[in-house]
Parts: sequence; C-alpha cells; structure tokens
Amino acid sequence: MKEMTIERHTMSVLVDNEAGVLARVIGLFSGRGYNIESLTVAEVDAAKHLSRITVVTSGTPMIIDQIKNQLQRLVPVHSVTDLTVEGPSLEREMALVKVVGSGEKRVESLRIADIFRARVVDSTIESFVFEMTGSTEKLNAFINLMQPLGLADVSRTGIVAMKRGTDRN
Amino acid sequence: MATEPISGAEIIVKALIDQGVEVIFGYPGGAVLPLYDALFKQNKMRHILVRHEQAAVHAAEGYARSTGKVGVVLVTSGPGATNAVTGLTDALMDSIPIVCLTGQVPTHLIGNDAFQEADTTGITRPCTKHNYLVKSVEDLSRKVHEAFYVARSGRPGPVLLDLPKDVQQAKYEYVNHAGQRHRTYNPAQKPDRSQVERAVELMASAKRPLFYIGGGCINSGPLACKMLADFIRLTGFPCTQTLMGLGAFPASDPLSLGMVGMHGMFESNHAMHDCDVMINIGARFDDRVTGRLNAFSPGSKKIHVDIDPSSINKSVRVDIPVIGDVGHVVEEMMRIWKARQVKVDHKALAAWWDQINQWRGRDCLKYKTSDTIIKPQFALERLHAAIKDKDFYITTEVGQHQMWAAQFLKFEKPNRWMTSGGLGTMGYGLPAAYGVQVAHPNSLVIDVAGEASILMNIQEMATLVQYRLPVKIFIMNNKWMGMVRQWQELLHGGRYSESYSDALPDFVKLAEAFGAAGLRAEKPGDLDGVIKQMIDIKGPVMVDVCVDEKENCFPMIPSGAPHNEMLLGPDDQSAKPVSEEGMVLV
Repeated sequence: MKEMTIERHTMSVLVDNEAGVLARVIGLFSGRGYNIESLTVAEVDAAKHLSRITVVTSGTPMIIDQIKNQLQRLVPVHSVTDLTVEGPSLEREMALVKVVGSGEKRVESLRIADIFRARVVDSTIESFVFEMTGSTEKLNAFINLMQPLGLADVSRTGIVAMKRGTDRN
Repeated sequence: MATEPISGAEIIVKALIDQGVEVIFGYPGGAVLPLYDALFKQNKMRHILVRHEQAAVHAAEGYARSTGKVGVVLVTSGPGATNAVTGLTDALMDSIPIVCLTGQVPTHLIGNDAFQEADTTGITRPCTKHNYLVKSVEDLSRKVHEAFYVARSGRPGPVLLDLPKDVQQAKYEYVNHAGQRHRTYNPAQKPDRSQVERAVELMASAKRPLFYIGGGCINSGPLACKMLADFIRLTGFPCTQTLMGLGAFPASDPLSLGMVGMHGMFESNHAMHDCDVMINIGARFDDRVTGRLNAFSPGSKKIHVDIDPSSINKSVRVDIPVIGDVGHVVEEMMRIWKARQVKVDHKALAAWWDQINQWRGRDCLKYKTSDTIIKPQFALERLHAAIKDKDFYITTEVGQHQMWAAQFLKFEKPNRWMTSGGLGTMGYGLPAAYGVQVAHPNSLVIDVAGEASILMNIQEMATLVQYRLPVKIFIMNNKWMGMVRQWQELLHGGRYSESYSDALPDFVKLAEAFGAAGLRAEKPGDLDGVIKQMIDIKGPVMVDVCVDEKENCFPMIPSGAPHNEMLLGPDDQSAKPVSEEGMVLV
C-alpha cells in the first residue's frame, strides 16, 4: 500500500527571525507526533531578518503533506519547500570528529581522513579533530571507519539543503 | 499618522478602539494595572468584570460566535494567563476569533521567577493561532493591530499578546496600522477556479449526493450561509450539518437531514455512509463525525471546501480539495452551475430521496414518554415550543444535555448556537451565554446546562447579576455526569465510577444567594409554566429541571462502529459488542 510507505523528506522553511519561531516549529512537530530526523537553523538574511530552517522528517505521503501545510500556516513562516519533491537538490552536513590514539591507528586515521577529504583542524600528539563536509551517508561511513581507530567524540550540524540550478526557494 | 508620545497602555486602548472593539471581558491584576488605568479614562469600550479568567475567554467566544466580530479578553500575568488557557484551547479547536491581552512582569524580570510570572507565550504557543511577547513599546501598535488581523483572517482563532508592565508604561507614538498587509500571513480567500469546476462536474454527475456542512460556513458569515442555502436548494441535494454547523442551513428546510455524527440523526449518518458524492463545506472530518475511518463513507467521492489547507487530507483522503472562503467558493460554484445549466439526474435523485425518507421514517429521536418523570428530551421539546418564535440564542455546557439540545432545538439562522464542539469544555455555556447577551441585550439567551457542567463556572452567576444580564440557565438535572454514566453503562459493565455527584446544591437557593431568580420543575406538568415564568422574568434566572436520572442519549454510533450501525435506543437489538479498538477511543 502506497499510503502506508514511510518516506524521508527534506524541507526548507524560510521564517522571520523572531523570538520563539524555532519553538513554534519544534512544538508543531512534537505536538502532532511528527518525526524530526535532523534540524538546522540559522539567520540567512540579516537585513530582512530571515532565518532558514532545514528539517528532515519522515512519514506517509499523507503525513508529509500535513507537515507541509501545518508549517505553512504558522504566521512567521514565509515559505515551505519540500526539496525531496521539488528536486533536484543538494544536501550537505558537516561533522567534527575527534579521534584519540597513537601509533599505527593514528596514522591510519589520518590516511582515511585524506581519502575522505576531511581536514585536520586540531591536533595533539595523541589526537586529531577532523572537519568533514559531505552527504549524511559519507559522514556515516567516515565515522564508522574511525570507530576502531579511537573515535572519541562526534559533533554534527544536521543537514542543510538547497535546490540545484537557478531556482530560488 | 504619528501623534504625541503616549503610554503603551494608551496605545493599546487606542488600537482596540480603532479595531472597533466595543466590549472587553477581563479581570484585573498587578501586571495589567496600567491598562486598567487607561480603560478607566475612556468611555468608548465597555469592560465586563468576569469572576474567573477561563470565563472571560468563553464569554468572548460567545460574543464572537454570535456577532462574527473578534472577542477581546484582558487578564493579568501568571495565574490570570494560565486560567485563560482552557478558553484559548477551546477557541482554537472551534476556530473562534479572540484577542487575549495578558499582563506580564516587567521585561527586566522575565525569566527570574518573579511574582505572578509565567512563560505565557511558551504555555500558550500550542493553544493559540499565534502569540506575541511585546518587548518594546515601539512594536506595540503594529502588533496589536496585527493580532486582530491574524485572529480574524483565514481560519479564525485565538491570538495572545503578552504585555510586560514596563512596556505598558513606556511612552511612544501611536500609529494606526489597521488594514495593513501582513508580511507573511495572507491566506487565500478565493478558490482555484478549475478546482471549483471539477467540483461542480462531480456534483452534476451525482446519483446519491450529500452536502455535509460545518462551522466554517458560520465563520464565513450570514451572507455566505444564505448563498449556501440558495445553492443547496438549487441542487435539490440533501444537507446534513455538524454540531458546529447547526443553523448554517435552516433546520426546517425539507432538504435538511439534521445533525450528523456520533449522536446525529439516523438518516444523516446512513446518508453519509451510502452517498456517492459528498460535498463537505467548512467541516473538518472530525472523529465525532467520521466514526471508524476505514468504514467512513466507503463508496463516495469527496469534495472538501476549507479555508485551511492543513484540514485537507488530514484524516480522510478527498478527491477534490477546494481551498477558500465558503462565501467565495459557493458564489463561484453557483455561477458555474448556472452558466453550465447543470441538469441533475432527477431519477437517481428521486430514488435517493426515497431511501432517505425511509431512514427518516425510523424517527430516530423517538423516546419513551412519561407522565410522572420529566424526560430530558421532553423538557427540550417544551423549551423549543416556547422559544421557537422568539429571537433566541442557545449556549450549552458539555455532555448529554448538549447532544439533546443539538437534536431537539432547531436553528433556522447561523450564529444562534454556541457550543464547545472540539474541546468539549464543561463550564463553557454560562460565560458564553452572557458574552452573547452583552452583544444582544434584547434577545432571549439560554444556557442549556447539566448540573455537573454548570458547577464548573458557577461563580459567573455573580457576573450575570452585576451587569443585570438576563441569561436563562436551563439545568437538566439528572444528578449524574450523564455522558460519563452512559459510557460506563455501555462500555464498562455499569460500574459507575465517580460519575454520581453527591451533595449537589439546591439550585433555586443557589440562584437566590447570587441575587438571581431560581425556579424548579419536578413533574412534566410543571414544565410549560416554569418555562414561561423563566422567559417572563426580566433578570437572570436559573431553572432546575429534575429530569430522568437514567435516560441515555440516542441515537448513537458506538465507539469504533461505522455509520450504518447506529443504535436507535436502549432496546435496539442490533447492538454489537464494542471492539477492542473501539474501547480505546474517547
């Protein structure tokens, strides 16, 4: 049944950057029992006081429509774009990954980081902090590889996304 | 436009006057003293002093629902605001336009757990359409005007303005922002024409059509209801109403099937189940209407007209959504219908009406009459007979009496029926009734109540007496929380856990203690005389109607059952045991 399949959607929500707007969006998701898989928010236009919230959510097609409509009716929301539907779009995530170790493991982590094009942004004799940007899958793969090599801490931004091409959203 | 600097409190008062506010329902306190001072110095708006902040919101709802205007509430910070939460939630569920002004501690104390501080915008975010914490007097006039715009636009709802005391005292110039276009919030009023065309095509092809109309028609205004009625008559299709939609189409019209839903009419529910084209106008497929979703009107194509896109496909998947205001949509439908000279399938329609008339023939509101005890249905029949030719408004509390009132009182016009539909708030009826009475001082306003519900806001008797508001409170006293008892009887083996109210007050003496008149009807023969007396007394009256304690409300769709498995009465043999899934439903 198509109605029952759970789909994953990335939505880009342009909002007035005012007090409480994030709480409104999060409250909507928790109050109505929708899922949040990832959520990022930051001001994107200081002059117009606009912030962009990128939220990755999942649900049946009916729920996804609901989420979109519910977001749209929040007063400070300018626009809601379902990037999964209105694609093609780009998705990127950044992670800081701390690996603690010495000897061969330490060398190996550096070698893998090189392959993944992760940058070293902090180093001690016994540790590295890697900065890495890419798709969620790529970040997951990198973090998994670091696991046996002394993975100590991970901090991720969550997904930011944008339509490809000339279209604005 | 700009004027001499005045205080924030005066800015608010000016903005309210510019918005055409005539009356405010409120209760003072420390954090709103500057506002109350500014109110004292003006004479354009009236203030009604309530006895509990919840009642202030319900009163504003009654005012709003009966006039189509925005209701205004003014309460203090902390407990004033938290007490208003039930009312705000009620207004949100039933789409009633309210602007609620709450005091707040001064901005420098916010977050300090100051005296009578509560995170009002945090608490009310999920129970308002929108809310504002106004931290600067410069934003004040814009935000007050914006609050009114948001409350009444699109799908109406409650909007809250949280006003720190220092902002009320700071000085700034007032600018009238009324009528300004909003940056982000501009809901569409006019429908997409092609969708309306598709809807008309589907309606023209219908063999078993049904209009299912709701509260959105009433929010669209009396003119929209009139157009809708004209259109329904043009089609000759049957029309059922939701609890919130009663009065949107005249009950006496032969095309009206009456209320739909859990305690709706047998013919309405069967028509919902068997129709082939359902035309939902301003209703929201509420669970009280749909019953079990996977058995809801299985064979129909559905048109759904709603101003709120998030109502579309929320619980029931529809074939033709039409987003827009009922008035605009119906106007367009009518225009296209006439332009295309639509010919309905008269033969099929006649057969459909035959079927409907068979269902009607079951006379689903029939009850066992009695010469010795007052049947609640009989009490309402007598009430209806006494008021039907008068200019009347009805409010209700919540429970059995509410459903009986919906079944037995007939509404010919919109805005005459005020009830807590979505939230089901006991204690709604009395304050809502005086909200209506304030707006319509010369009309007959009756709160049909239960003895349990009325006690939830009984303190409001003092408000009635203070303002000499001649509201009539018609208590159907069966000594039980009737609807709870009914469900315990039908679903929980007759174990009446905590649903009997011992130690009820003597309502006649209670009315007198407040300074109102009290009457009692104990036998069926008393009713007509007592009702006449109630209407004739000039001031507020409380009537204690001692009704049958054991009467249940029928017809009824049992929890989890489809529309065509309605129970007609206590002796209905078709009753099936309620399923596990049905048991968990409310």
